[in-house]
Amino acid sequence: MNTEILGIITTFLIAVALAIPFGKYISKVYEGSKTWLDPLFNPIERIIFKIGGINPLKEMTWKQHLSALLTINLVWFLISMALLMTQQWLPLNPDGNPNMSPDLAFNTSISFLVNCDLQHYSGETGVSYFSQIWLMFLQFVSAGTGMAAAAILFKAFREKSTDQLGNFYNFLVKSCLRILLPVSFILALILVFNGTPMTFEGKDTMTTLQDGHTVDVSRGPAAAFIAIKHVGTNGGGFFGSNSAHPFENPNYLTFMVQMIGQLIIPLSMIFAFGYFIRRKKLSWMIFGVMTIGFLLLVTPNILLEQNGNPAITSMGVDNSLGAMEGKEVRFGAASSGFWSIVTTVISTGSVNAMHDSTMPLSGMNQLLAMMVNAFYGGCGVGLLNFFIFIILAVFISGLMVGRTPEFLGKKIEAREMKIAMIIALLHPFLILTATALATAFSQFTASTLNNPGFHGFSEMLYEYTSSAANNGSGFEGLGDNTPWWNISTGIVLLLSRFLPIIGPVAIAGLLASKKYIPEGAGTLKTDTSTFGLMVFAVIAIIAALAFFPALTLGPIAEHFSLY
Amino acid sequence: MKKDIISAIRLTVATIILFAVVYPVCVWGIAQLAPNSGKGEIIEYAGNTYYSNIGQSFTSDKYFQSRPSAVNYNAAGSGGSNKAPSNSEYLETVKARIDTFLINNPSIQKNEIPVDLITASASGLDPNISVQAAHIQVKRIAKVRGLSETDVQKLVDEQIEKPLLGLFGTEKINVLKLNIALDTFR
Repeated sequence: MNTEILGIITTFLIAVALAIPFGKYISKVYEGSKTWLDPLFNPIERIIFKIGGINPLKEMTWKQHLSALLTINLVWFLISMALLMTQQWLPLNPDGNPNMSPDLAFNTSISFLVNCDLQHYSGETGVSYFSQIWLMFLQFVSAGTGMAAAAILFKAFREKSTDQLGNFYNFLVKSCLRILLPVSFILALILVFNGTPMTFEGKDTMTTLQDGHTVDVSRGPAAAFIAIKHVGTNGGGFFGSNSAHPFENPNYLTFMVQMIGQLIIPLSMIFAFGYFIRRKKLSWMIFGVMTIGFLLLVTPNILLEQNGNPAITSMGVDNSLGAMEGKEVRFGAASSGFWSIVTTVISTGSVNAMHDSTMPLSGMNQLLAMMVNAFYGGCGVGLLNFFIFIILAVFISGLMVGRTPEFLGKKIEAREMKIAMIIALLHPFLILTATALATAFSQFTASTLNNPGFHGFSEMLYEYTSSAANNGSGFEGLGDNTPWWNISTGIVLLLSRFLPIIGPVAIAGLLASKKYIPEGAGTLKTDTSTFGLMVFAVIAIIAALAFFPALTLGPIAEHFSLY
Repeated sequence: MKKDIISAIRLTVATIILFAVVYPVCVWGIAQLAPNSGKGEIIEYAGNTYYSNIGQSFTSDKYFQSRPSAVNYNAAGSGGSNKAPSNSEYLETVKARIDTFLINNPSIQKNEIPVDLITASASGLDPNISVQAAHIQVKRIAKVRGLSETDVQKLVDEQIEKPLLGLFGTEKINVLKLNIALDTFR
């Protein structure tokens, strides 16, 4: 087996092996039971709650949770707009970067707030270090918000019958402090010792060896930023070319570490759910379905990228390295194909290669990964998205075998089904409507495309899919810093973040307050492989098929023009 | 709602102190122990300092050439070409690169040119080329510099960076390090 493939497999296996014990740790954190990091974190947590004036033991109903969640997000949004539009006059701006325009600040603020990190600016020229640090703060708390929402779900299925679902601020602080911070810290240190800068000094100049020309080299406090960018599944790069930049991702070790960094929390949350509600088998069902979906997307991408561009093969050169346009030699084509799916099934959206230049069907799989958005998924929210599919599968299988649809001892009725259906259909609705509008109003969009033909359509479809999945990667050739793109993707981002949090939390809250029905002979078992298959079918039908016509116009048509 | 706003503001203040001040300052503090105090790894040569991870433009015949770059190796920014594999204009550019290479390296056959030498990297700052990309430039370098091919070949072989632990990832060559080794060779 060659070293590129061995590297990929090892990376994935390490991530899974770490996720099981870490899931147990996460479960303990949300339970509030003892962990070995308590001596360090208990005092810090007490200070935070004291400054915040919060009683972490005060229980909330699901509605109070959502009110707290939305309010604090609004506060972050307002601060963010103010900072980004005045960054030129604020401290820590050694490169003298200008203020953001209102539409760009709107897009950037929302984008980081919702854990997407679609970046319509370049890190080197678009933001000051002060703004970078603010965005880094948002990377912590937006991931924490998603995890806190998942913790509400955990709580709802642990109790037999209750409307008291824990304290939102407690979940938020614990997620950020006890889960995201320690992992990010370790990652940041590994990066620093492998050549990623962590300095507050501005651009340096270096003379080139060949001509003695001077070249500016952008630097900055990157290591701390890049760590949480992955651990929080945010994906927003410090530098313009994200994790393809040789400072942001200097070598193969940092490649492996950043891959594991973004896999660890989404994987651990699956296992944490099982530990928390004391149904480990359910975790394995969820993990199994997600992993099969992941493998079905990632394997073709690795092969397609390894085989390279047939149009270049036909020129008669040695194409054995694979599709190297938009890729770095230190990672290679196979590892970049692997990364492109990890980052899209999870809502990270960091890139180590330019997705715009990947093979057409690789691009399709990246799109599909975001269209499903529940194979692992983002910090916390991946599980929430998957939960919607579980609810749908429970209902459909219940009808098929003539049993009352129940999930974990709770009856699923019309109200929950309506919410689940709206949330499931919202995703294709937003992506397809927005892409259709962008195509119809071509006077705003045609000149922003970087490639002609089918691929140009794919660039627009990708931009909205990435926004709706809160992913943040892009077909980056798209000239997306225009009012059209800034505002339209901003709106898609907002709707596609908060509704899919509100929906599942509402369902969980409604189910939690219902009477608990003990498992009997008539109960549909949800932790079996048969049920797993059912969930997979629901995902394939709802999430994938809805997009098929659009995919035909873009990547599939391009594929047949090339092969 | 009103109580939520007050809690939200106070909690934001507390978390900003931890995540936007204490965390980055701690990482920065420890970075002072890292190579070049966490300002990026450097190589010093002939009175100049170079960033070893940041690729440079090498186009002259007497140096090992680096990969094409969409940002012309200007490290003030970074970026790839973002050209689609089916883009005909882009495919013409690739063809032109092949032709140029063949003119400058007449002893090389077309099917020996590895694809990394004719395609632009993702960052535009790729410091590496593949081992084969260095090998096929040996003859030209030897001729231009008046060195023996064996010597130049030896320099290349010394600069091969193995996969991580010999097991994971790609084999590659840092163009800057190789060219410095070439300049110092006597």
